[in-house]
Amino acid sequence: MGSHQTGSAPYYFVPGPSKWPVLAGASLLLTMAGASAWVNGVSWGPVANIIGILAVLVVLYKWFGDAIAESEGGLYSARIDVSYRWSMSWFIFSEVMFFAGFFGALFYARSVTMPWLADLDHKLIWPDFSAQWGNSPGGTIEPFAKMGPFWIPTINTALLLTSGVTLTIAHHALRAGQRGKTAFWLFATIVLGAVFMSFQAYEYAHAYSELNLKLTSGIYGSTFFMLTGFHGFHVTLGAIMLAVVLYRVMKGHFTPDHHFGFEGAAWYWHFVDVVWLGLYVVVYWL
Amino acid sequence: VNDSPGGPAVRQMTFHQPVTKIAQEVYSLHNLMLIICLAIFVAVFGVMFYSIFKHRKSVGHKPATFHESTAVEIAWTVVPFLIVIGMALPATKTVVAMKDTSNADLTIKVTGMQWKWGYDYLKGEGQGISFLSALSTPREQVIDPTKVKNDNYLIEVDNPVVVPVNKKVRLVLTANDVIHAWMIPAFAVKQDAIPGFVRDTWFRAEKTGVYRGQCAELCGKEHAFMPIVVNVVSDEEYTKWVEGKKKEMAAKADDPNKTWTIDELKQRGEKVYAANCVACHQANGKGVPGAFPALDGSAVVKGPKAPQLGVVLNGKGGMPPWKGVLSDTDIAAVITYTRNSWSNKAQENIVQPAEVLAARK
Amino acid sequence: MTTVVDHAHDHSHDHAHDHPHGWQRWLYATNHKDIGTLYLWFSFIMLLSGGVLALLIRAELFQPGLQLVQPEFFNQLTTMHGLIMVFGAIMPAFVGFANWMIPLQIGASDMAFARMNNFSFWLLPPAAILLAGSFLVPGGATAAGWTLYAPLSTQMGIGMDMGIFAMHIMGASSIMGSINIITTILNMRAPGMTLMKMPMFCWTWLITAYLLIAVMPVLAGAITMTLTDRHFGTSFFNAAGGGDPVMYQHIFWFFGHPEVYIMILPAFGIVSHIIPTFARKPLFGYASMVYATASIAILSFIVWAHHMFTTGMPVTAQLFFMYATMLISVPTGVKVFNWIATMWKGSMTFETPMLFAVGFIFVFTMGGFTGLILAVTPIDIQMQDTYYVVAHFHYVLVAGSLFALFAGFYYWGPKWTGFMYNEGRGKFHFWGSLITFNVTFFPMHFLGLAGMPRRYADYPAQFTDFNMIASIGAFGFGLMQVYFLLAVVLPSIKGGQKAADKPWDGAEGLEWTVPSPAPFHTFEVPPTVK
Ligand code: HEA
Ligand code: HEA
Ligand code: CUA
Ligand SMILES: [Cu+2]
Repeated sequence: MGSHQTGSAPYYFVPGPSKWPVLAGASLLLTMAGASAWVNGVSWGPVANIIGILAVLVVLYKWFGDAIAESEGGLYSARIDVSYRWSMSWFIFSEVMFFAGFFGALFYARSVTMPWLADLDHKLIWPDFSAQWGNSPGGTIEPFAKMGPFWIPTINTALLLTSGVTLTIAHHALRAGQRGKTAFWLFATIVLGAVFMSFQAYEYAHAYSELNLKLTSGIYGSTFFMLTGFHGFHVTLGAIMLAVVLYRVMKGHFTPDHHFGFEGAAWYWHFVDVVWLGLYVVVYWL
Repeated sequence: VNDSPGGPAVRQMTFHQPVTKIAQEVYSLHNLMLIICLAIFVAVFGVMFYSIFKHRKSVGHKPATFHESTAVEIAWTVVPFLIVIGMALPATKTVVAMKDTSNADLTIKVTGMQWKWGYDYLKGEGQGISFLSALSTPREQVIDPTKVKNDNYLIEVDNPVVVPVNKKVRLVLTANDVIHAWMIPAFAVKQDAIPGFVRDTWFRAEKTGVYRGQCAELCGKEHAFMPIVVNVVSDEEYTKWVEGKKKEMAAKADDPNKTWTIDELKQRGEKVYAANCVACHQANGKGVPGAFPALDGSAVVKGPKAPQLGVVLNGKGGMPPWKGVLSDTDIAAVITYTRNSWSNKAQENIVQPAEVLAARK
Repeated sequence: MTTVVDHAHDHSHDHAHDHPHGWQRWLYATNHKDIGTLYLWFSFIMLLSGGVLALLIRAELFQPGLQLVQPEFFNQLTTMHGLIMVFGAIMPAFVGFANWMIPLQIGASDMAFARMNNFSFWLLPPAAILLAGSFLVPGGATAAGWTLYAPLSTQMGIGMDMGIFAMHIMGASSIMGSINIITTILNMRAPGMTLMKMPMFCWTWLITAYLLIAVMPVLAGAITMTLTDRHFGTSFFNAAGGGDPVMYQHIFWFFGHPEVYIMILPAFGIVSHIIPTFARKPLFGYASMVYATASIAILSFIVWAHHMFTTGMPVTAQLFFMYATMLISVPTGVKVFNWIATMWKGSMTFETPMLFAVGFIFVFTMGGFTGLILAVTPIDIQMQDTYYVVAHFHYVLVAGSLFALFAGFYYWGPKWTGFMYNEGRGKFHFWGSLITFNVTFFPMHFLGLAGMPRRYADYPAQFTDFNMIASIGAFGFGLMQVYFLLAVVLPSIKGGQKAADKPWDGAEGLEWTVPSPAPFHTFEVPPTVK
């Protein structure tokens, strides 16, 4: 669907039948069946899972391709733009709640469970446990060192904050109609994101090899890796979005006053930033 | 069937006859709530049915057109609010009383396990007593429809908890594997037993008798088959029971340094296995595919004994740790039994209690 | 405004695809009505499947002793019954209603994101396949209860993982569906339709959608932690590593309690249309209905631990959650009173939709009162995890949510199919369901008061009589639903008396201004609301 005559956009464009949604559903079924099998050590699990994920990606690529073509074909009225704004905002809100679950777990484990496990009654079961964040009562966890804020996490904070600035510069440039400048600063943002992820990967390696801090390091390791891990995953997603946006900027898809694709990705990036600030304080400092 | 004294009555329609002060309060609270709710219900639906009969088209009623009235709307926000406060006040008092576990005469540790209860008398008369308590209804009654079910079907155990009457009994609860809940309706006691945590509750039974309850938190397949029986007795009887129980325990105690023959261990192990392991690993040692691993032919059971000792003592995945439940001798016996049963002919075919004791460290 | 003409002109070749026939129409659907229909059929099939599981439960519990199933399989039945009914039957049914009715009620041409709408639907069959398939794998389906409490949930086999992934998928579906609904309502209302003129059903769904967006991700987090605890060695719910099984319950119920209002608020919306229609009198207290709905939603975030009174929380927490929970009766009461005030001095008739709506108010309120009784901590400690709770939630879910769905079907069905249902059969369905429902679930109050625990494959013999009554009632109730399918739904799709555009003389709203059955495209030019 790309060759629409341009004219005034319809009041509210409703796309015709599309095979992508149902294919995406089928691919997800394969992904999840594969994942179930994989975690249980069934031999075909990984294959099914990976094929499923690839299929999802291909379908999404096609699907978004359709949407971009419709947008470029002039079918999206200002009203649709508003729809995209609402939907992106509430999608980000749902992501906030997802992280809230994990932050909540960290808070609960530290502020409720830990003192509880160390109180007088619990001496019955855990006579030697002292309420120190990072201690585990069971004695089944290998000793490990905790992860402090210096230096990688602090550098990473600076990187992400800077990337927020570069992204804003890119946005201003886009609004001023300077395509080259937009692309440059957008590219800089993605590079900052990539450097962030490399540092993060280095930090994980460091944690595993030198601190003996692992996913299995009790509740400390669980919350540390799940929070930073999901954050890293979201940084990756955000960077992919920005990369697509960069590609579209170079193709000349965006105009100074019609570029929600850019803004949506930018919102997402800022959200990922804010989550990091929360992590930086709660996971590394406290 | 007949009523089960201390357990449910046939077609019982309300709470058990209360045996503690708290249960009495809960009973009256419930009656109070029921009466208020019924009154509101009758009033509200009285109005509705009046309207349904009078304001229907078939009797020619013409519709009015009003559609709001700030005054009544405020009224029916405020009045229910006040009613709710009126309900919450007496309840608050009971909540506070229920949570007060201080100054107990007797403290008993209750351990929930799949699928039986362990009791350790921690403080007060009887301190040191410790036993397991499991369903005593024969399995045939459960699976064979031709067998008559007795009055205490599924609410009878081999070793009931015994406590003195009119004494404040504090329970500290924990669990070995998953969450269970210890409940005796007549005491209005229900408390989850949570693995790795200690929670407490209390009761002071005011009447002697046998009181029955059941596990009240889904804990796996035998959830319906781990009842609780509390025997409330007079002080004298309690003292007698404590003496008897202590003697019995002393007689049963084993010297951990004694060396056993393989046949002795196998014989004893079979009993331990039947009491503790069959539910999951099955009598034929084949387990339940996908849920509980087979022991027959298992690499761990046939291999060196240290890993098996570790699993039995400390648990693994769904398998609970047994070190707090079984004695050294029982663990040695049951491991020896599995190593020599079904098709298993392990190289290291015997484990002595002393080795278990060493492995505990 | 001529844009709609442009639309037809510019994309005439789109319209050629617009009426795809055969399977493509359904698989590739982007039309809100078709997708709504898909949702409704899916949920009805799930209701029957979940119902069959319930009947197996009831058959096993007909008398003491194990006759039909092994206890481990019984637990699978209970768990899957709960999961399928909640996530497969009730929630998708309301989304189906939203799909059909929201665009029609606000004068929009479709949902805001038509393709994503189809995606939301087509995530459900994969989830259902995973759930159903899990019965067949070694170890069977998950048997930890629909609440999947840790650490029991770490003991299960692969069926548990399939259940977790299925819930992830359904969660994604709900979030996308909610985003779609919110966007549609906020952005696509016909000119002149201010928020405070919007039909109640849209209001309740708007609020419900917010609840969904806020809590589904939290559920996803909880079950993700379960998954990593199971397979990747994390210790979220394991005390030996510093975690806490009760933490699972907090996270789950932070989702779970709003979830139960997710299943009732749209029902309130449906009933708020039917009562005024058949009383021939406008809804009493529209504004306070909106505020009450919002209050219920907001309060629902601070009451979750009333499901956890027996975990042994500190006394302050118990008191807080007791008070907060009891407070919810106030806005709910406002709704009940407003409905009755709407009926007051009306000119009522009692066609099937009205019967179900009145039945809803009556029986739902009973369930509400038992909820209030459960909210009182000392009483709840006595009744938690007994059949009293089972009675409570079937009163609010079956006689609440499900009855409202039936009411909605009878009310809007003529708009969907173009045919009137058979009134006599509808009435029979209502009375049959009402009676058998109460036969099934009323005795469960007694069982619970007498202390029969829930999720029990077998029970002491003293509980036999009430269990027998309940089981007989359950089969009766099941037969009534088969009757509904065969004697009401199918015939009214195939034919019958033609439905007028506005079959109910007291009805109001944009949905009645379009023909019956509603044509494939409606409101391509938005109507103006005065
Ligand atoms: C549609 C679903 C739904 C709805 C609407 C409700 C509504 C309510 N529920 Fe229910 N509930 C469930 C579904 C629902 N519930 C489920 C599924 C479970 C079990 C989950 C599980 O464990 O598996 C459960 C369990 C549950 C428990 C835990 C029980 C336990 O496990 O121990 C509690 C305790 O407080 C509770 C309370 C309430 C209350 C106070 C309301 C209130 O919202 C009710 C308010 C309504 C009224 C009170 C009636 C109308 C009001 C008036 C006429 C005004 C006048 C009234 C007064 C002044 C009092 N519910
Ligand atoms: C959400 C909605 C919902 C609905 C609609 C229902 C509907 C029904 N439920 Fe549901 N139930 C739950 C939600 C729901 N339930 C939940 C959340 C739980 C808790 C699970 C847990 O503990 O984890 C539960 C638990 C639960 C239990 C407790 C199980 C236990 O603790 O072990 C029981 C027991 O009787 C029960 C019975 C029924 C019955 C008889 C129906 C009936 O209304 C069903 C009627 C429908 C049919 C019967 C289908 C139609 C018939 C056919 C397709 C043909 C065959 C028919 C005949 C031959 C007659 N349910
Ligand atoms: Cu132990 Cu249920
Ligand atoms: Cu609740």
